[in-house]
Amino acid sequence: MNEISLNHYLFVSCALFFIGVYGFLTRRNLITMLMAIELILNSININFIVFNKFLFPDKLDGLFFTIFIITIAAAEAAVAIAIIINLYRNYKTIDVEETNTMKF
Amino acid sequence: MKAIIAATIIGVIMMFASILSNNKSGIVSLATVLFFFLFGINIWEVYESINATGVAAPAYLNNMMSLDSFAIWFSMLMSGCALLYILLLGKEIAKVGKHVGEYFALIAFIMVGIYLLAGYSNMLMLFIGIEILSIPQYILAGSDKRNLKSTEASLKYFLMGSFSTGILLMGIAMLYGATGSFDIINFRMLQTDALNPLALSGILFLIIGLGFKVSAAPMHMWTPDVYDGSPTPFTAFMSTIVKAGVFVAFLRLFHASFGNLTNHWMMIVAVITATTLFIGNITAVFQQSVKRMLAYSSIAQAGFMLFAILSVNATAWQGIVIYAVAYSVATIGMFAVLIKLKDYTYDGFNGLAKKEPALAFFTTIFLMSLAGIPLTGGFMAKYFVLLAAVQQGQVMWLVIFALIMAAVSVYYYFKVIIAMYFKTGEAELNHEVTGYDKLMLGITCLLVILIGLMPQLLLNL
Repeated sequence: MNEISLNHYLFVSCALFFIGVYGFLTRRNLITMLMAIELILNSININFIVFNKFLFPDKLDGLFFTIFIITIAAAEAAVAIAIIINLYRNYKTIDVEETNTMKF
Repeated sequence: MKAIIAATIIGVIMMFASILSNNKSGIVSLATVLFFFLFGINIWEVYESINATGVAAPAYLNNMMSLDSFAIWFSMLMSGCALLYILLLGKEIAKVGKHVGEYFALIAFIMVGIYLLAGYSNMLMLFIGIEILSIPQYILAGSDKRNLKSTEASLKYFLMGSFSTGILLMGIAMLYGATGSFDIINFRMLQTDALNPLALSGILFLIIGLGFKVSAAPMHMWTPDVYDGSPTPFTAFMSTIVKAGVFVAFLRLFHASFGNLTNHWMMIVAVITATTLFIGNITAVFQQSVKRMLAYSSIAQAGFMLFAILSVNATAWQGIVIYAVAYSVATIGMFAVLIKLKDYTYDGFNGLAKKEPALAFFTTIFLMSLAGIPLTGGFMAKYFVLLAAVQQGQVMWLVIFALIMAAVSVYYYFKVIIAMYFKTGEAELNHEVTGYDKLMLGITCLLVILIGLMPQLLLNL
């Protein structure tokens, strides 16, 4: 059995990142878009931890960065939910296609 | 560091003030006093840093912040602009909604983000600074809760903002993989030849992520909608001081870390600059609403500020300081006039010169500064950033293109002046222009001309 190497982890992280980008660009439901953004941030977390573990194991820089990302993502999600609730009150929908008051 | 702590405390005080008091004008006065205090602390810091010449820049937070003289000087100028903003628009902020104290608290927190971005030396601080700066803005954009446009603006800003944060973080992750460090000084060790592809794609991701934040084309799509939909006083803040803060972060990263790798990213940034100038200026010509025109003009001005990033030399640092202040002062003044009008279209300005000659005169000065007419701050700002690019010498075609685009910008700025002076109509005002308003606008106007005559005042580094 081969060990799980850096490349395996990076493949997972890359796949998650692009699933997130794909979901962000195609989904029209706001909650799903929020989930896509969380997916992107978590793929980056995997990246940081894996780089830390395999390439630079003597310091814990990457791990600490991950903790900051998780904290700030939580703050961002709180603001996002507030915005979505406010949007639902005004528009009675959480579909982004419906929010088109302003046009170019 | 004192300013960062003071701004945080001011934010907390403003939140408590809004719990304890419902008196709107009282809260506005309190905020004005506190921002005066913040500006004073900044001046104190500048004074200390001048006295401590020769000593290495003090490092804070485990070497994550290095508050050199540039960072402290720039923080001081931005606090000055924020103070001017509150003096000019404080009463209008109070009219946006019920939670006046919170608006000022959020503005104070945004100032913390700007101070962090001015003096960071670690990618963690860059990330935290950008987030401290962005998250309050999502709330400020949606602060007019019953207004559909405001809600939509905050939604769009949030979606694009957090997506760009993801891209920015991906860039940081790749650079971490390539160098094993978050310290921007360590990125200098990246070799010019045989550059690690991981580092190269990291730089590309960083350009895109920061380009989103400074609204550089083709990452500008959120800007017009967000600036148009947000309550006008907050648009004035978002499009000026915040944008300047992010630009300094951009400049710091690309000059301090990637300055020796210019042949790898120069062309990308040059193309982004050209697109930004083109899209910003050409689309602004076709706008009907002055507020939306100012949103596109802020994209166009971002194109000029990108010249400072392109040209890796000392003049670029001077240019970005002058540009940040000259553009902020003129745009804040312009928004302070715009907010007094009922109708935000060009027709709303018809005949303003007959009704309020002083207001029309001030508007003319602000618009001339934005267009870059000599003797105003905007001219010196454009002169310095383009001078930096000429000294750098690799992007002469872009300098010529920028001059043509500056000529285009004169058209849509002067359309407002023509509407004020040469068209007949009744410009309707929301309320009477008080003596205080005229005094503050006059001071802003004097500042614009002063920067135009003596730009070296801003360069006392």
